[in-house]
Amino acid sequence: MLMQQDGTRSADRPNRFAKGLAADRLTSAEYAENFADLHPPLTTHEAFVEAERCYFCHEPPCQKACPTGIDIAMFIRQIAAGNALGGAETIFSANVLGGMCARVCPTETLCEEACVRETAEGKPVKIGLLQRYATDTMMGTGKQPFKRAPVTGRRIAVVGAGPAGLACAHKLAELGHEVTLFEARDRLGGLNEYGIAAYKTVEGFAQKEVAFVLSIGGIEVRTGRRLGDNLDIAELRRDYDAVFLGIGLAGVNKLRLAGENSLQGVRDAVDFIAELRQAGDLSSLPVGRKVVVIGGGMTAIDAAVQSKRLGADEVTIVYRRGEAEMKASDYERELARNDGVLIRHFAVPKSLEGEAGNVTGLVCDRVIPKNGALLPAGESFRIEADMVLSAIGQILIADRLGNTESIEIAGGRIVVDAERRTSVPGIWAGGDCVVDGEDLTVVAVEDGKQAALSIDRSLGRSEERW
Amino acid sequence: MADLRTNFAGIRSPNPFWLASAPPTDKAYNVTRAFEAGWGGVVWKTLGEDGPPIVNVSGPRYGAIHGPDRRVIGFNNIELITDRPLDVNLREIKQVKRDWPDRAVVVSLMVPCEEEAWKRILKPVEETGCDGIELNFGCPHGMSERGMGSAVGQVPEYIEMVVRWCKANTRMPVIVKLTPNITDIRYPARAARAGGADAVSLINTITSIMQVDLERMTPAPHVDGKGTHGGFCGPAVKPIALNMVAQIARDPETRGFPISGIGGITTWRDAAEFIALGSGSVQVCTAAMTYGFRIVTEMISGLSDWMDAAGHAKLADFEGRATRNFTEWEHLNLNYVAKAVIDQDLCIKCGRCFSACEDTSHQAIAASVNGVRKFVVKDEECVGCNLCVLVCPVENCITLEHRTQGIDPRTGLPYAQPPLDWTRHPNNPTAKRAAE
Ligand SMILES: Cc1cc2nc3c(=O)[nH]c(=O)nc-3n(C[C@H](O)[C@H](O)[C@H](O)COP(=O)(O)OP(=O)(O)OC[C@H]3O[C@@H](n4cnc5c(N)ncnc54)[C@H](O)[C@@H]3O)c2cc1C
Ligand SMILES: Cc1cc2nc3c(=O)[nH]c(=O)nc-3n(C[C@H](O)[C@H](O)[C@H](O)COP(=O)(O)O)c2cc1C
Ligand code: SF4
Repeated sequence: MLMQQDGTRSADRPNRFAKGLAADRLTSAEYAENFADLHPPLTTHEAFVEAERCYFCHEPPCQKACPTGIDIAMFIRQIAAGNALGGAETIFSANVLGGMCARVCPTETLCEEACVRETAEGKPVKIGLLQRYATDTMMGTGKQPFKRAPVTGRRIAVVGAGPAGLACAHKLAELGHEVTLFEARDRLGGLNEYGIAAYKTVEGFAQKEVAFVLSIGGIEVRTGRRLGDNLDIAELRRDYDAVFLGIGLAGVNKLRLAGENSLQGVRDAVDFIAELRQAGDLSSLPVGRKVVVIGGGMTAIDAAVQSKRLGADEVTIVYRRGEAEMKASDYERELARNDGVLIRHFAVPKSLEGEAGNVTGLVCDRVIPKNGALLPAGESFRIEADMVLSAIGQILIADRLGNTESIEIAGGRIVVDAERRTSVPGIWAGGDCVVDGEDLTVVAVEDGKQAALSIDRSLGRSEERW
Repeated sequence: MADLRTNFAGIRSPNPFWLASAPPTDKAYNVTRAFEAGWGGVVWKTLGEDGPPIVNVSGPRYGAIHGPDRRVIGFNNIELITDRPLDVNLREIKQVKRDWPDRAVVVSLMVPCEEEAWKRILKPVEETGCDGIELNFGCPHGMSERGMGSAVGQVPEYIEMVVRWCKANTRMPVIVKLTPNITDIRYPARAARAGGADAVSLINTITSIMQVDLERMTPAPHVDGKGTHGGFCGPAVKPIALNMVAQIARDPETRGFPISGIGGITTWRDAAEFIALGSGSVQVCTAAMTYGFRIVTEMISGLSDWMDAAGHAKLADFEGRATRNFTEWEHLNLNYVAKAVIDQDLCIKCGRCFSACEDTSHQAIAASVNGVRKFVVKDEECVGCNLCVLVCPVENCITLEHRTQGIDPRTGLPYAQPPLDWTRHPNNPTAKRAAE
C-alpha cells in the first residue's frame, strides 16, 4: 500500500525520507489510497448474497454478543427480503449510532465471533457490513424512523456529546423529554469525531450521524460548555430534572520521563489522532520518519497505522507485556503488521534522548514476565526516533465533577449501578467515564440508552413502551 | 404506517397474517406465543369428531427438499388432524379467544360426510366464541382414505352439500379450504359458493413423494421400511398456489368471493403478491415451522413499508389489482417485441447466458468480439425468451428491453405495430376476422 521504497515516485516528494518531523511526505494519490474506507461498503448484490447466509438462529448468539442487543437475525432477514429500510429501523431502535458501530465495532470479538458460521466454517456472516448496508440506505434517505412521544415537559441535561451522550439524548427526546446537550468542544461526536481512525469513518460520517441523531428534535445543543469550567454540576442538578454525564476520559496518562514536555516530537497519541481527524489536508500534517508508539491498546495501533499511512518510514510499537495481553484485537494487530508496523514486547520506556530540542531516540529496559510481574532483565536497548507517541491510557479528570458533589469514584472512574445511576441521586453516567466501561463505542451507546430509560422510569413514565 | 387491518368475510384481525391450520396452531401454548409475536390470526389445527383420539406415526412425519445452504424450499408431511381430545381443544380455543379478542380465531374442521356428524361438532365449536370455521377438504393423506379431506374436496357436489349442512346449522362464517389435487380449481370454488360458503382458502398440500432412499429402495422418509405419499408445501408450491388463487379471483362465477391465500408464503413480498392477486388474508405454515413465529415481524414491517412507499394506505387499495392483468395466452400481444441487453459494466463474464442460449435456445449470444471474451446479444436471433436473464448470476445485468423504434432484424418487420393477439392473428385458422 505504501510506496516509499519506490525511488521514482519519491523523487517528486522531496520530504519522503526527510529526517525529523515533516509534512507532505506522500503524493496526493497515496494519501487518498491510504486513508480510503478500510472496509468498503457492500453493493446491493453482495448484501443479498451475504444476507442469505444467515441462518436466522433461535435466540441468536450474535444478538447476545452485541452490547446494544440489536436483533441482528431480523435485520438481515429484512435485507434478504428486500427491505433494507425496515432492517435499518430494527438496528436504530436498539442502537441509534448503528451506523458508526457498523464501521468501528471490533465485530471479530463481538457479534461475528459469536456467529454460528464462525464456529462452523470460520467465516461468520459479515454482520458489520450488512449493518452498514442497511443503515447507509436509511441515512441516505435523509430521514430517521423515530417520532417523539408527546412532550412531557421534563428537562434533562446531558453533558458530553460522545456516543454515550448522543444515545442518551436521542432516547430521552424520543420519550418526549426536553434535552439540553452540553459539549466542551466545537463539534459533537466525541471520539467518533476526534478519535476513531480516519479510514474507519470516511467522508465526514461522524457529523452526518450527529445530524441524523439530532433530527429527532427536542435536543438543544450548547457547545463550548465544559463541566468544571463554565458549567457547574450543582447548578445542573438544580435546574434540570436529571443529569447524565457522558464526558469520556479527557485526560491522558503521562510517561513520566524527562523531556516528555519539552522535546519536540514527543506527544500524546490521542492528540495526534485528533489533529489528524480534524485536518482538512493530510499533506499538511507533520509526521516523523521514525516513529515509536508506546502502548498496547487500540489507540496505540491506530496511532501507529496512521503514522505509517501518513508516510513514516519505520514505525515501532513498544509494549511492556506480551502479545496475549494486548488490548488491541488479533484483527487490529494484523492490520498494523500488514502495514509494516513492528511490535516489540516486554520493553519498558526508560528515557528519552534529544538533540537541539528534538527527540532522537527512546531507550527501553528489557523485562521478563514472571508470575504476572515484570522483572528487569538487566539489559536495555535504544530505538532511533524522531517522533514518540504515548498511548498508555486515558483518564477521567475527576475534579471537573466539582468539589461539592460526592460522586463515588473507583479506579479513576465513576461508579454506577446496573441502571447507570451514580451515587448521587439525579445524576446518571455512562460511556468511558464509568467503571467497567469497556472503552468501546457500542458500550457507550448502550450506557446512554439504558440511562435514558432509567431516567424516564425515575420521572414516573410508564415502562410499557419498552 | 399503512393500515394493515383486515376484515375477511366478516372476520377481523389487526393484520392479514394468519397461521394456517397445522402444528403451529395445534394448542393454546403455540397460539398464545404466536399472538404475542404479532400474528393477526390463526386457523386452529383441524378438529375431528369426538371419539378415540387420532393416532399419528411415531417415526418421521415430515420430509423436506433443501436449496443451497440447506434452505428449506419444499416441505411435506404425513401428519393427520389433531391427535388431542376434542374437549381439550375446545376449552383452549375458548380461553384463547377470550384472552385475544382482537385476533382472528378460526377453527378447522373435518368430520365424516354425514349431516349428523357436522351438526354434532358445529354446536360446541360455536360455543367457544371463535370467529368462524374452515372446512378442511384438502388433506391429501391418511384422512382422504377414510372418505374425508381431499376425498370430499375433489368432488364439487360433496363440497356444495357439506357447505349447505354447515350454513344451515351455524351462524359462523364458513371458509372452505380447497385441495390443489384437482384438475381445475374453479369447480370446487364454484361449488363452495353455490353451497353458500362465505369464503375459500387455498391451497392445502399437494400429493407428493419427497425422495427415494436408494439403499432401502423406499420412499423417504420411511417408517419402518415403508413410505407413503404426503402433502407438499413451502416456498416451492407458491407458483401453483398463486395461479389457483388468481383463477378463482377472475372467474366470473366466483368474482368477489373472499379468498384466503396459502402456499409457500415466507416473506412480506410473497404475501403482497397473494393479496395483489385477490387474497383478502394470507395463511402461513411452513415458514413458521422453519423459522419460528418471529418472522411475522419482518412480514408486518415489510408489507407496511412497501405499502407506504407504493402509496397504498390500506390493503383494499391493492387487493386484486393484479388480477385484471391476468389473462389467457390468446390475449397476449404478439406484436410486442423485447430483446435481451447485457450491461457490459455489470457483466462478470461467466458466460452462463451463452451456454444456455447457445445449447438450448436461439443461439442469440456471441461469446467474443474481435477475439476478446465478451458476451453480446445478437438482435437478429434473439426472440426475447428471458432464459439468459434468468440464468445470469448478476442482478439486472441482463434485462429485456421493449423495442419500439426501427426494424426487427430477426423478422424484418417494424418494431412499432398495433397490438395483435392470437384471436386475430393471420396464422390462426379460426381467427375472428374483422370483416366477418
Ligand atoms: C484513538 C481511539 C480509537 C478508538 N477506536 C475505537 C474503535 O475502533 N472502535 C470502538 O468501538 N471504540 C474505539 N475507541 C473507543 C471509543 O471511541 C470510546 O469508547 C467512545 O467514544 C466512548 O464514548 P463516550 O461518549 O463515553 O466518550 P467520548 O467519545 O470521549 O465523548 C465524550 C465527550 O464529552 C466531552 N467532554 C469531556 N469532558 C467534558 C466536560 N468536562 N464538559 C463537557 N464536555 C466534556 C468530550 O469533548 C466528548 O465530546 C477508540 C478510542 C480512541 C481514543
Ligand atoms: C405438518 C403439517 C400439518 C398440516 N395439517 C393440516 C391440518 O390439520 N389441516 C389443514 O387444513 N391443513 C393442514 N396442513 C396444510 C397447511 O395448513 C397449509 O395449507 C399448507 O402447508 C400450505 O401452506 P405453507 O406453504 O405455508 O406451508 C398441514 C401442513 C403441514 C406442513
Ligand atoms: S422437532 Fe421436536 S418432536 Fe420433532 S424430532 Fe425434533 S425434538 Fe422431536
